[in-house]
Amino acid sequence: MGNTKPDNSRIPAVQMKNITKRFGLVTANSGVNLELYKGEILALLGENGSGKTTLMNMLCGLYFPDEGEILINGKPATIASPKDSFSYGIGMVHQHFKLIDVLSAAENIVLGLDEKLDIKKAGAKIREICDKYGFDVDPNQKIYDMSVSQKQTVEIVKVLYRGADILILDEPTAVLTPQETEKLFAVLRKMKEDNKAIIIITHKMHEVESLSDRVAVLRKGKYIGDMRTADTNAAEMTDMMVGRKVVLNIMRPEPVNPKDRILVNGLTVKSEDGITKLKNVSFTIRSGEILGIAGISGCGQKELLEAIAGLQVVESGSIEYVDDKGKREQLLGKDPKQIRDMGVGLSFVPEDRLGMGLVGNMDLTDNMMLRSYENGRGPFTDRKGPQRLAQSVVNELEVVTPGLSTPVRSLSGGNVQKILVGREIASAPKVLLTAYAVRGLDINASYTIYDLINEQKKAGVAVVYVGEDLDVLMELSDRILVLCGGEVSGILDGRTADRQEVGALMTKVGGNSDGKN
Amino acid sequence: MAKTKSEPLFHIAKRADMTLKKAILIRVVAIVAALILCAIITMITTGLNPLSVYGSMANGAFGTVRKSWITAQDTSILLLIALALTPAFKMKFWNIGGEGQVLVGALATSAVMLKLAPYLPHPALVAVMLVAAILAGGIWGVLPAICKAKWNTNETLFTLMMNYIATQLTAFYIIVWEYPKGAGKVGIINADTELGWLPRIGNFIGGKYVLTIFIAVLTTVAMFAYLYYSKQGYEICVVGESENTARYVGINVGKVIIRTMFISGAICGLTGFILVAGVHQTITTSLVGGQGFTAVMVSWLAKFNPLIMIFASLLIVFLKKGAGEVASSCGLNESFSEILTGIIIFFIIGCEFFIRYKIVFNKKSAKGGNGNV
Repeated sequence: MGNTKPDNSRIPAVQMKNITKRFGLVTANSGVNLELYKGEILALLGENGSGKTTLMNMLCGLYFPDEGEILINGKPATIASPKDSFSYGIGMVHQHFKLIDVLSAAENIVLGLDEKLDIKKAGAKIREICDKYGFDVDPNQKIYDMSVSQKQTVEIVKVLYRGADILILDEPTAVLTPQETEKLFAVLRKMKEDNKAIIIITHKMHEVESLSDRVAVLRKGKYIGDMRTADTNAAEMTDMMVGRKVVLNIMRPEPVNPKDRILVNGLTVKSEDGITKLKNVSFTIRSGEILGIAGISGCGQKELLEAIAGLQVVESGSIEYVDDKGKREQLLGKDPKQIRDMGVGLSFVPEDRLGMGLVGNMDLTDNMMLRSYENGRGPFTDRKGPQRLAQSVVNELEVVTPGLSTPVRSLSGGNVQKILVGREIASAPKVLLTAYAVRGLDINASYTIYDLINEQKKAGVAVVYVGEDLDVLMELSDRILVLCGGEVSGILDGRTADRQEVGALMTKVGGNSDGKN
Repeated sequence: MAKTKSEPLFHIAKRADMTLKKAILIRVVAIVAALILCAIITMITTGLNPLSVYGSMANGAFGTVRKSWITAQDTSILLLIALALTPAFKMKFWNIGGEGQVLVGALATSAVMLKLAPYLPHPALVAVMLVAAILAGGIWGVLPAICKAKWNTNETLFTLMMNYIATQLTAFYIIVWEYPKGAGKVGIINADTELGWLPRIGNFIGGKYVLTIFIAVLTTVAMFAYLYYSKQGYEICVVGESENTARYVGINVGKVIIRTMFISGAICGLTGFILVAGVHQTITTSLVGGQGFTAVMVSWLAKFNPLIMIFASLLIVFLKKGAGEVASSCGLNESFSEILTGIIIFFIIGCEFFIRYKIVFNKKSAKGGNGNV
């Protein structure tokens, strides 16, 4: 265990020298140098769009560097394809899983290998790997039956199966619950002991501190520096990433004149295949207040927000909107547009970011127009307003983009998210429903988003905040609603609730929280 | 275990936004290269002077004033069908039923022309023919759209099958309406009265063709404005890119699919109307002659931009006319000229690659590369 300090006289497992990669006008990496040693975990830090993923993609053969050199175990290497990458023992677990849903775990793992297909033997080898590192994978389970964390495990096993001893994990914890994250870290530490070299990309500072031996920082495609994790702290790392001093605290202003805004009563929702997603859920959303919704992923948060926004068929119950004069109106039975026109905005950031809310191939202006295209005169659209809005979102949220006419798809994830949240807030909603608003965002951008949400609250907007990071949720929310298996297991005061209590409610069996994943 | 591999000779990199001038230059180079290759093939296989082959191609399309007008008319027809398909394509609804939609439009036109001619004055007859054609084409387009919207059926198969129904329906009515009896064809409709025929405009040689060309130009401009500046055009784009997003912003996806396919079918129907009332004055099962499929290519070649479609359809028509001319005047059969057409189109499509990407040769002095770090 003790060997945390890389000895400089050793040959690095991976050495990237002066790497440059351009995409059209955008320079993603410029003269980057990076070293990785055996038996260490290196955290690669950087803001969204700073070129971390691009750099790693060059190691795993998806991109080829325009300039520079890569040395593996001290020898120059040419990695022109993922196959080359495997042959050097490099394996990458991508942010978006690359698995085939209808195949089993074992089939996915052997997919693309040249060896003779023998699922039984593969299954045995998979079990052996699992036992060694403490994974929990059933080789015969189909991918579509798996939870996000199980899928990720399959990805990691896949890489190990191919004999990788250099592992790259791109934001592996973004989609995991705290418990799953702990499990993953335990496995990673075991791999480190096994003398594997590991690079992990993450935005969560406490993970960097608890897991990594060394950190390397990229900023705007350039290599800023590296240091031992033990010698630094979250504030210093953040400053390096951002390039200036950043203050890391979340405000929680007092609620502004809270009044009931949306009354949810006895809401029950079933999925298309008849599984109960929400069961008899009742609560109140108040203006000028942030209601945090906590829960293990997939326990009904998505369905709850979609039901309020009119995107989800509701089995029974009622959702009433209360306007400023106290008049109540039923939201059920209205279509998404009518609900939005009443001022209920949903800013939902799905796992793939571009799946909902934004159109990847459209430019910034046209994406702004999604909300307002009907305001144009006669049958024609008006692009002036959306263009101004796009410009102001770019300026205020510091979106990194070559211009307003760039397709959103070619921006980095965090910038895409800023555009989405910026647009939703700009429509001056009465109710703002946000889900995973900071998913995948770097720390600086995350705090920008928290500030924006707080500003909305101060302006009297009723905010619903669904988030993954429990600590943030507890710092930001005035009240916390805890969901467990589709049922409300508690509503707490955000100022007095403690982590233990919320965690317990998240897993408390209010009915049947287990049994399905 | 890891063996050192030599660096690949070149790799492919995405280009920065290139200037319009450079993009056009690349296309011109591609066409010139295609012509040179065609010339070499012509010389090797036939021994003919390639210049004379090209000469007769140009001659086929623009040899006389009348030929030029006919080329313009045929371009207009192909352009109209391509324009009709484009909104559906932008919605990622693969309407390959243009052929059938045009044909039912033509069928409806013929029916009205034959059956109502005795009862209606000429202008009213033309108006009814037009409405009937648009409705018929529209219905042919809407049927697959409804099934797609309601049950998510596969529109490619559906629209394709609708082509065969249209052809068989036409074959059936041709026998019902055949004139003279036993001829197996309809013959020129209202040959004596010219009722329901689209009028010539002006007394010059192109008078017969002007109206068709005018309608095509009008439709092009309208379609351009519709796709790029209208709310409905915007909705089409959103639905095409992501149905989830469309749903999320409150667009009624089913409605947009059905509406767009009605427009698509209706413009096809309009083209059928022109083919019968303005061009042929008769109906046959091969009236559309595969243009419903050629139009798919035109629309894609132009990247769904109506203005560029003008050039794309002109190119295709030119090549086709030229091919016919080469076949007759040089004594070659038509397959040869189609080989040439194929080569040219291959180059035109292939050069898009070079507009989007560039090839970077790796100039590195092999392994020793420690000179500049």
